[in-house]
Amino acid sequence: MIENTDAKGTSRRSLLQSAGLVSAAVGLVAAVPAGAAPVRRHTGGATASDVAVMQGALALEHEGIAAYKIAGGSGLLSPEVLAVALVFLGHHEGHRDALAKLIARSGGKPVEPKSNDEYIKSLNIAALKNQADVIRFAAGLEQGATNAYVGQVAALQDKATAHLFGQLGADEAVHWALLNNAAGGTVPKAAFLFS
Amino acid sequence: MLRILATAVVAGAVLVVASLAAAAPAAATGEAAAGQALYLARCGGCHSLDANRIGPAHRGVVGRRVASVPGYAYSPALKRLGGVWTPARLDQWLQGPQAVAPGARMFLTVGDPAVRRDIIAYLAANPATP
Ligand code: HEC
Repeated sequence: MIENTDAKGTSRRSLLQSAGLVSAAVGLVAAVPAGAAPVRRHTGGATASDVAVMQGALALEHEGIAAYKIAGGSGLLSPEVLAVALVFLGHHEGHRDALAKLIARSGGKPVEPKSNDEYIKSLNIAALKNQADVIRFAAGLEQGATNAYVGQVAALQDKATAHLFGQLGADEAVHWALLNNAAGGTVPKAAFLFS
Repeated sequence: MLRILATAVVAGAVLVVASLAAAAPAAATGEAAAGQALYLARCGGCHSLDANRIGPAHRGVVGRRVASVPGYAYSPALKRLGGVWTPARLDQWLQGPQAVAPGARMFLTVGDPAVRRDIIAYLAANPATP
């Protein structure tokens, strides 16, 4: 992404200085094509235990996709916010596809999503009354997802799967950062924002 | 884009925080209060107090029989474990669920003892509703 920017002749520093950190970050997100293929996937099979970890991750992505779709269709979001939400939705769909493919390639049967009604109930989506509610809710899900990825890397045996989890966690962290900022949240002072 | 979003939302966010605080469960101790934020951040990707999600609902888990939430499809490994969740057992679980119940479907570990203590205090502060 940064390479793209540089190729157009804009130095990273001047970009950050002129446009401001926040809009630069949005630009980076927007520059990611929705269905971007993840980098190199190994062809060997992940262990049964790694497949089980990935199944939990896939279930989490299914939930995130449903949350973005339901909240996106709620009419609570302004066009600007909806546009950002749809970019994030595209990332989660990319995550889902990568996980499902790797699970299948490793001999597993990828878990299916639950029904929208189940997600609406279990996530208490009916309680969201305005855009601020939706943004805080999404920020919470993204924070939980980031920690879920970071907190499970140590359980993985296969390096390529661990790399994938690093990618997934980093994407969720970007989502959290932008949503948290939009909600007026601050960034914690202490290092290691996720564990 | 985000700047518009930020200004539109800050005022609302304050209200949401206020109402969340009002709805906060009985956090008897400082540990439980700190534990709430830690719980949401570390466990909230998969668990809630009142709904089965990727993992089972947690309200009342301290003192509850292992693998006993209705409607949640537990792994055979966790169903076999038996017994009741005590704070000490939860502390072991969070250090290594696979060591406690090999083949269970939770893999997340919490390395910091103080974080585990606060999260367990939060769970204990949210007993089953009658
Ligand atoms: C990546 C998803 C994920 C995260 C994050 C996660 N869990 Fe779990 N958890 C699960 C799953 C899945 C199960 C069910 C395990 C099984 O059936 O083997 C579970 C089961 C449990 C159980 C057993 C409950 C019962 O009814 O017997 C406890 C206790 C628990 N988790 C606590 C926690 C706590 C506390 C945290 C945060 C520090 C946490 N979990 C984070 C997925 C997760």
